[in-house]
Amino acid sequence: MLKKIIKTAAIIIVATLGCAGLATTVANADEPIKIGTFLSVTGGASFLGDPELKTMQMFIEDLNARGGVLNRQIELIHYDTKGKAEEAGTFVKRLISQDKVDIIVGGSTSGNTMSVIKLIQKAEMPFISLAGAGVIINPVKKWVFKTPHTDRGAVEKIFVDMKSRGLTKVGMLSGSGGFGKSCQKNANALAGGAGIEILADEKHGKGDTDMTPQITKIKNTAGVQTFLYCGFGATTSIVAKNVKQLGLNVPHYQTHGSASMKFVKGADGAAEGVRLPAAALLVADQLADSHPQKAITTAYKAAYESRYNDSISTFGGHAYDGLLIATQAMERAGSTDKAAVRDEIEKTNNLIGVDGIFSMSADDHLGLDKNSFVMVEVKNGGWKLIH
Amino acid sequence: MFAEFLQYLISGVTVGAIYGLVGLGFSIIYNSSQVINFAQGEFVMIGGMATVSLLAAGIPMPLAMLGAVAIATIIGMAIEKLCIEPSRNAPVVTLIIITIGASIFLRGMAEVIWDRNFHSLTPISGDTPINIGGAMLLPQSIWIVGSLVVVVIALWYFFNRTLMGKAMLATSYNRLAAQLVGIRVRNILLLSFVLSSALGAFAGILIAPIAMTYSTVGVMLGLKGFSAAIVGGLGNPMGAIVGGLIVGIAEAMTAGYISSAYKDAVAFIIILGVLFFMPNGLFGRKVVEKV
Repeated sequence: MLKKIIKTAAIIIVATLGCAGLATTVANADEPIKIGTFLSVTGGASFLGDPELKTMQMFIEDLNARGGVLNRQIELIHYDTKGKAEEAGTFVKRLISQDKVDIIVGGSTSGNTMSVIKLIQKAEMPFISLAGAGVIINPVKKWVFKTPHTDRGAVEKIFVDMKSRGLTKVGMLSGSGGFGKSCQKNANALAGGAGIEILADEKHGKGDTDMTPQITKIKNTAGVQTFLYCGFGATTSIVAKNVKQLGLNVPHYQTHGSASMKFVKGADGAAEGVRLPAAALLVADQLADSHPQKAITTAYKAAYESRYNDSISTFGGHAYDGLLIATQAMERAGSTDKAAVRDEIEKTNNLIGVDGIFSMSADDHLGLDKNSFVMVEVKNGGWKLIH
Repeated sequence: MFAEFLQYLISGVTVGAIYGLVGLGFSIIYNSSQVINFAQGEFVMIGGMATVSLLAAGIPMPLAMLGAVAIATIIGMAIEKLCIEPSRNAPVVTLIIITIGASIFLRGMAEVIWDRNFHSLTPISGDTPINIGGAMLLPQSIWIVGSLVVVVIALWYFFNRTLMGKAMLATSYNRLAAQLVGIRVRNILLLSFVLSSALGAFAGILIAPIAMTYSTVGVMLGLKGFSAAIVGGLGNPMGAIVGGLIVGIAEAMTAGYISSAYKDAVAFIIILGVLFFMPNGLFGRKVVEKV
C-alpha cells in the first residue's frame, strides 16, 4: 500500500517536472530574447544616448525582420537614466531581477557604467558597455565588455600624429567629467614613452561657458607647440571658439569625444583644421574600397541617415557594435545561457564592426587598439581623412 | 603680463554680466513674492533654443530674438498663472519646490520639442576678436556688457520713475500696506514673472554665440545666477549685477592665476565669506522682525 502510494507520488512528481520542463522549453522557443539597455537619452549626455537608442531600435527591427537570433525574436527593454549614475543602478537592478533580461548592452557614459559594474558582476550578467573610459575594462572584469575605443587608444593615436609632424611640446586642457579626467591621466602617463612633453595641464569645470583664462595660460606658456583638448559635449565647440578668439595659432587636437558634426557646427567655423582620432564610420565614404570596414560603415550610415534624417555620429556606432557582438555570441553559443554567451563574447575574433575590427581575449575585453582609429581633420565644415 | 590680466578680466566681466542678468531675474521675483524661482535658468535655455529653432524656420535674426523672448515670457506667465497663483497661500518653501518642478518639466519639454543637441548662434556682429592691449575681446562680449548697461538703466527708470515700477517696489517692501493703498498685488507677481522670464531669455540669446545652447544649459547658469543674487543681496537688482561680476571675475582670475581646478571652489568660498560676514549679501536690506 505504502509502496504504491510512493510509486504514484513519484510518477506524479516526475510527470509534473517533465511537463514543467517541456513547458519552459516551449516557452523559450516562443518567448523573445530580452536585451536590456540603460542609456542617457535625455539630460546632459543625451547626444550619446539618443543616437545609441535609435541605432539599437533600428538594428533590432532589422534583425527581427530577418528572423531574429536562434530563431527567436528580440525584445529591447530600455530605461532612460538621464545621465544620472544613481538611476543607472536602479534600472540595472530592475533589468536583472524584474525583467530577467538575457544580456545588457548599454551605459552611455563612463559614470553610469562604473556605477553598475558591481551589480553586474554579482548578478553574473553579460554586459557590453557603450562608454569610453579605459577603467571600465582595465583591470578586466569577468562579465564586463565594451565597444568604444578607450581614451588611452585615442591619446596614443594623437601622440603618434603629433610626433610625425614634429610636435612634442603640448599644452593640454581637459574637462572635469569622467572622460576628460581619464583622458588627462592617460595623456600624462603615456607622454613620457611617446616622447611627448606636457608643458601645461589645465582643467575646466562642468557646464563652464568660457575657457579663455585657461587657454590664455596655455598660450603664455613658453614652448607650447600644439594644443590638446580632452572632453566632450558643448565644451568642445566652446574650446575651439576660444582658441580662435585668442589667436592660439598652433596645431589643435581634440579626441574622439568631438567626433560629431555637432562639434563642427557648434564651433561655427572655428573648428577648421582641428585634428582628431575617430572611428572609420565618420569618413565612411572616403575609405578606400579595399578597407575592411568600408561595407559595414557605409551600410550603417545609409540606413541610419535615411531612417532618422539625422547626420551620423560615432556614438550610435558603439551601440551597433555592442548588439553585433552580443547577437553573434548568442548564435555561436547556441543558447542564451549567460555563462556560455559570456565565454563566446570573449572569443569574439576578427569581427568587423563599425568601430573597428574586434578581437577580444581573456585579458582584453575591448579588442580594439589604436589602429582602429583613423585621423581626421575638419575641412570646409566636414571631415577629411588623413593618410 | 598686463595683457594676461586684461584677458582674465574680459573673460570674467563677460561671464559675470550673464550671471548678473540671470541673477536679476531671481531678485525681481524674490522681491514680489519671496519666492526663489529655480526655473530661472530654464528661461535662459528657452531664449537660446527658441531663437535657434525660429532661425531654422527662416525667420530673420531680430524677429527670431523678439519671438524667443515672447515665447519665454508667455511660458513665464503660464508658470505664474498655473503653478504659483493657485497655491499662493502655501508656504514659500512649497512655492520654491513648485518652481523646481517647473524647471524639470521645462527641461523635459525642451528635449521633446527641440532636441538634445547643442547649438550655436551666429554672433551679432561677427567673431573677429578686437585686440586691446594684447588681450582679445569678442564683439559679442561688448554686446553682452552693453546690453547689461541698457537693462540696468531701463530697470532703474522703471522702478523709480514709473507708477508700475513703484507699485512693484512698494509690494516688495510691504505687501499688506501695498494692497491697502490699492495696488493689485496679484498683478505685480505676474509682472515680476514677465520681467524675469524676458530677462532670462534675453541673457540666453546673448550668451548662445559664446557658450552654446542646449536643453540643460540653464542648470549651471541658473545656479551661478542664484549665487550672484545671493552675493549681491537677494531682492536688490543692482546687487545681483555686482554679485554676478564679482563671481565671474573671481572665477576667471582663479583659473588664470591659481589653478583652473579650484575655479568653482573659489566662487563658492566668496559666497560663503559674504554670507558669513554679511548675511543679507553685499547690498541686501536688513530684515527687521518685530517680536
